[in-house]
Amino acid sequence: MNPQIVKLFGFILVLYALLFGFTSYWSIFDADGLEANVANKRPLLEEQRIDRGEILASDGTVIARSNPRGRGGDRTFVRSYPEGDLFGNPIGYSFVERGRVGFELSHNDELVGNKTEFLSILDTLRGQTQEGSDVQSALDPEAQATAVAALGGQKGSVVAIKPCTGEVKTMVSVPTYDPNEVRSSSGFQALNQDPDAPLFNRATQAGYPPGSTMKVVTATAALDSGEFDPDSTLEANSGVEISGVPLENSGGADFGTIDMETALTNSVNTYWAQVAEDLGTDTMYEYMDRFGFNADPPLDYPSFQLAPSGEFADGKLLGPGSDQIDVGRMAIGQDKLNVTPLQMAMVVAAVANDGELMEPRLWSKVIDTDGREQKLNPERQSRVMSEETAETLTAMMTDVVNEGTGGAAALASDQVAGKTGTAEIVPDQDLNQAWFIGFAPADDPEIAIAVTVERTIGGQGGTVAAPIAQEVLQVLLENSEGCD
Amino acid sequence: MSARSRELFALIPVGLLVTAGFTAVLITQSDQLGDLSFVYGLYFLGLCVATHFVIRARLPDADPFLFPLVALLAAFGVVMLFRLDDGLARDQANWFVVGLVAFSLTIVFLKDYEVLERYRYLIATAGIVLLLLPRLPGIGETTNEAFLSVSVGPLTFQPTELAKICIVIFLASYLNEKREVLVVGARTVAGIVLPPLKHLGPLLVIWGAAMVMLVFIRDLGSSLMFFGAFLAMIYVATARISFVIVGLVLFFAGAWFFANTVGHVQERFDIWLDPFEDAGGSGFQVAQSLFAQADGGLFGRGLGESLVQLPGASKDCLGEFPDCGAILPAPHTDFIYAVIVNELGLFGGAAVVLIYAMIAERGFKTAVLADDGFSKLLATGLTTIVAFQAFVIIGGVTRVIPITGVTLPFISYGGSSIVANFILLALLLSVSDKARRRVRRENEALEAEYR
Repeated sequence: MNPQIVKLFGFILVLYALLFGFTSYWSIFDADGLEANVANKRPLLEEQRIDRGEILASDGTVIARSNPRGRGGDRTFVRSYPEGDLFGNPIGYSFVERGRVGFELSHNDELVGNKTEFLSILDTLRGQTQEGSDVQSALDPEAQATAVAALGGQKGSVVAIKPCTGEVKTMVSVPTYDPNEVRSSSGFQALNQDPDAPLFNRATQAGYPPGSTMKVVTATAALDSGEFDPDSTLEANSGVEISGVPLENSGGADFGTIDMETALTNSVNTYWAQVAEDLGTDTMYEYMDRFGFNADPPLDYPSFQLAPSGEFADGKLLGPGSDQIDVGRMAIGQDKLNVTPLQMAMVVAAVANDGELMEPRLWSKVIDTDGREQKLNPERQSRVMSEETAETLTAMMTDVVNEGTGGAAALASDQVAGKTGTAEIVPDQDLNQAWFIGFAPADDPEIAIAVTVERTIGGQGGTVAAPIAQEVLQVLLENSEGCD
Repeated sequence: MSARSRELFALIPVGLLVTAGFTAVLITQSDQLGDLSFVYGLYFLGLCVATHFVIRARLPDADPFLFPLVALLAAFGVVMLFRLDDGLARDQANWFVVGLVAFSLTIVFLKDYEVLERYRYLIATAGIVLLLLPRLPGIGETTNEAFLSVSVGPLTFQPTELAKICIVIFLASYLNEKREVLVVGARTVAGIVLPPLKHLGPLLVIWGAAMVMLVFIRDLGSSLMFFGAFLAMIYVATARISFVIVGLVLFFAGAWFFANTVGHVQERFDIWLDPFEDAGGSGFQVAQSLFAQADGGLFGRGLGESLVQLPGASKDCLGEFPDCGAILPAPHTDFIYAVIVNELGLFGGAAVVLIYAMIAERGFKTAVLADDGFSKLLATGLTTIVAFQAFVIIGGVTRVIPITGVTLPFISYGGSSIVANFILLALLLSVSDKARRRVRRENEALEAEYR
């Protein structure tokens, strides 16, 4: 029997080698994969022991802070948000029970003080506990409050960007939510099941038809490609066939033969649709891409909370080669075009910054535990158009506010340039998506803004969105330190 | 140096390990070092030394390494339990006292283990009754839908732990008597040596019993462990690999059939194939076990440093995260190996597996040295069932096989497991003592002759 016993022992050694192999696999070779698994709450729980840094507003107001609980080895930190629902959507939350979203997620490394492996081993040897840095965001609390108040409970969004740096000064999505309420299961359930979707960040995730605000993009393509100039005239009566179907101007108006400036001031659909048909889909797409369409904006924000802007069919983004694109209607913000408020703010920010688009950023400064500061280093996203084109467009958009549909955005203190938009959602019920995009001061822009109001009954961009933009611009310009 | 002195010296590292382990846990948990850790260390070492003297008195020639190796596992276990909860460690220490008393009683009263052969049918019946006890209404209890324990008054015990010893004794005796009959009359079909059909009877009976356990007791782990030990023993007894092949085919056919028809077996297989599909529900335990091991890495987090509970949660709250504190479920029983890898890393896990391999080596050495069939088969069976039990649970925790609810011998928390395994060790040492005494006497006779 002895040979069999030896073989049996050999077999058991093989089984044990399997155990060793599998243990090695889980603990070493697949450890990173398991740590990144969404079901793995360990990293979150570990980080709960770290004094997470504060999130500050542009004026130093504390948006998020950590409060210690318990003592000794059991000490943990729980997040609280003193400003309540004012920064709900852009900042998000970080709770062990709920995970984290928004700014809290995208700036997690700084907030928990994650360092390179080597540095953290040094810290461990020196007996230092990991501490998080404070992160200052560019968001202006006064402007946030003004935007929420100005929307007055209407669903919609306001995004304001400092054109020269890309810093996001305002990001509001109404209905707002208070991140403190997310912590409890019942609070989260209530918010999550609310049909008005307060947890959904309309500024970055909602795809709305942009209506006539898209004409700024079309005008950029027309002028910057050299195919058109402000004096280019076209016959712009209602009923011009676009993609074989007659297109109407707002109210069925006939404008006769007009130039581009008149066409933008009066938002003449048939003019811009013809321009786009003439430019072609490829040129339109080239300029849309330069503005950042058809991709997630490079915002410091979690990718699952960002949506690209562009032509959509069946929930899928269409490329320039798709035969489903009606380029004429796309150019006036109809057809299958869906854009985010953030994208439209980027459009006007590019015009305002002499044609150069800066990458949008929610953060402006990181302050570590020793008080050392690291400031945002603005990065160029793309050169969308020449300075000359930007200048021409600014002049035309100034006319829109001074003489056209955007009058309600005008400020006494500064010249505003802008464009309104009204996209019909349900024509029978007169439900519109109202827009205003613009910037000020027109000669040396410090703030670019996009305002949109969802499903407003009978409202127009000029009557509903422009006044909101005016109020927020006023506050932001008063608080502005200017663009260098 | 005599075998017993070697045993005594081998116990010293065990005492050191316990002291060091308790010290480490105390430091991390209270930031101060009392003399409590040395008290625990001395207490544990004292128990081991006392047991050593029982072995010295009654089994002077027994294998010198088996007891220290088992004590090492026990030390590992009690340190991990102390790290989880000092109340658990205290209970476990008390069970060690009971286990060592049972161990001593077995050695003292069972002067000659060969009498067990005479009572084999009685013992087999006792084993089967023990296995079926948890199904009895009134006293049976279920854990994760498996009928694993019996509860009488304040006491709860898992009869499978004792039953495994009974079944091994019966099989050793039965196979020893029948092994020659089982071998003759074999036919070769397509190159495979097939045993005669009539002798497949016992195999089929045991297979049936394993299937009944699988479905009726719903205990996949024990079923695997028992049937594996049986196949190992029949292979050692007959040297016919064909028995093993037929047995495995039957077992897997049965397991596959029930995996597709019986809900709880099917669920276990689904979790095994993809624990992350429902990582918050049915796959929770296995997923958390893998996360804990990933968190450990090569060297682990250090004793007392891993996350087994939600920080700040009540220690009394052993329910699952997030309602309750426990992140890793059953950290003191089924998933203790995951805690070991979490805290001591791959090195700690490998050390545990290595100790089981060394115990297996000493056990099989005993079987090789024994000169009669019953002793050989008994030592083989006892060793195999412990070795398989360790494989079944560590394999479940590391996803080599589907997760089942057997304990990690000598390490997991639980009275019945400790008591039963110490009785098993007493039997193994008895076989060893007899075998080695014969070898020693033969050597002495040879030496005398030589002189």
